[in-house]
Amino acid sequence: MEWVNVLIQGVLLGGLYALFAAGLSLMFGVMRFVNIAHGDFIVLAAYLMLSFVTFMGWHPALGIVAVVLVMGVIGYLGQRILLNRVLGKDILPPILVTFGLSIILQNGMMEVFSADSRRVSSGALDVASISLPGDLAIGAMPLLMFVVALGVLAGLHVLFFHTALGRLLRATSDDAEMVPLMGGNKAHVFALATMIASGVVAVAGIMLAMKTNFDPSAGPSRLLFAFEAVIIGGLGSLWGTLAGGVVLGVAQVVGAQIDAGFQILAGHLVFLLILVVRPQGLFARMKG
Amino acid sequence: MTPHNAFLEIRNLTAFYGDFQALFGIDLTMDEGDTMAVIGANGAGKSTMLRTLTGLLPSKGQNIRFAGAAIAGQPAHLIHKAGIAMVPEGRRLFPSLTVEENLSIGASGKRKGPWSLAAIYELFPDLHDRRHHGGTALSGGQQQMVAIGRALMSNPRLLLCDEISLGLSPKVIKDIYTAVPLIRARGTSMLVIEQDIAQAMAVATRVICLQEGRVSLSGRPEDLSRAEITRAYFGFEADEPDTNEPAREML
Repeated sequence: MEWVNVLIQGVLLGGLYALFAAGLSLMFGVMRFVNIAHGDFIVLAAYLMLSFVTFMGWHPALGIVAVVLVMGVIGYLGQRILLNRVLGKDILPPILVTFGLSIILQNGMMEVFSADSRRVSSGALDVASISLPGDLAIGAMPLLMFVVALGVLAGLHVLFFHTALGRLLRATSDDAEMVPLMGGNKAHVFALATMIASGVVAVAGIMLAMKTNFDPSAGPSRLLFAFEAVIIGGLGSLWGTLAGGVVLGVAQVVGAQIDAGFQILAGHLVFLLILVVRPQGLFARMKG
Repeated sequence: MTPHNAFLEIRNLTAFYGDFQALFGIDLTMDEGDTMAVIGANGAGKSTMLRTLTGLLPSKGQNIRFAGAAIAGQPAHLIHKAGIAMVPEGRRLFPSLTVEENLSIGASGKRKGPWSLAAIYELFPDLHDRRHHGGTALSGGQQQMVAIGRALMSNPRLLLCDEISLGLSPKVIKDIYTAVPLIRARGTSMLVIEQDIAQAMAVATRVICLQEGRVSLSGRPEDLSRAEITRAYFGFEADEPDTNEPAREML
């Protein structure tokens, strides 16, 4: 039963990793562009949640809406004003610019919030759990996070496959040069993609803030988990991202069960194993 | 020389790829309702002219007027909104979209006009049965129909077609070209780039020939002799008899 419990914890953790990965995957899918500052934006969202709820005393629901809105606006403007200028045939400039953004964000957050490790309390939810037969217990918080992750991915699925904007984003992913010939303003479409990705990043950051302690330097390791989940799942596949997150989550929790220091390494090892055995990922949609 | 209310007017158009000059002062005038064929050998500058016209290739300081407005230097999506749509060389369908999605995405400009999904399926009945197929799971001819339909969905006033016969069998080319008069009948003007001179001359009301980035010939197909076209196309005289036969006789 202990191992069943481990498996369940791993799967639930995978939901969070899938959320870390979804925004990264979306931006790469639409714009072929890797945001090195992705993890730092997750941490920024966590600090926004901390500011709104803990420092300013807002109701958590209001805080969530505010964080999503603020991150969405930052995403749209950041893409339109900064990132669109460096996107082109050369993949290096956007990598350098977002690497710079990563450093600026980490230092900026250090300046404002200090290096202290923080957490946003979710009150009674922190310790609540649901008992299952066979002496199993599922924490309410991990379960809620998993359900939210499923909801966000389902929402993205509907957006991508059942709306005109989603159609345009998929077309952009296929062949961005053709989009202006369809009457689409590429700068605006790219900015909308980043806005949606930033909304997902906001949800991921809020969950990070409620699940665990974070500090200004927590971003890069979140970026690494996101990368691993995207690559395990396969580039460009929304539900593959969930599978990737779950594989990573289970690997980490099983690793931790074997030895407490083995958690992160176990995740990396499974990632490397999949890279060797199936480099295109479990559910690859995109080639090249 | 040209009235100011010309439908499409290009004056002294030049284009560069880096240091390489591809077009050297192209002049072209087109009236609404015309079907203009642009012919010329590989590398003559036909596709470059279309890329400049659609805004894909920057054309700063050029003089291109469309329906009374200067469009040179405008971004491609605004030129599309002004009413110019293109069927690109190689079709360039979106592989992850279905046939119907590929068509619908062409309509994002929301211009009013005769073209709708129903009208496209009437023009190309083959597409209706395959509307839920992936855009690239079709034959080459059907893919070309999707590409034409996608461009028409924006209800353009001017439809640009870049080598729509490329890589297709003669029968399929004939089928595709059957649609051209039907498209014109709905009031859409067309500018067709073609290497298949016979096809181009059969549907065109006006023809221009490009040679090494310059207009080497311009006129109505029935007024041009085979010898003139051969000279304009290749840059040398054809060594054949009956060279003063009208060009239509080439068909």
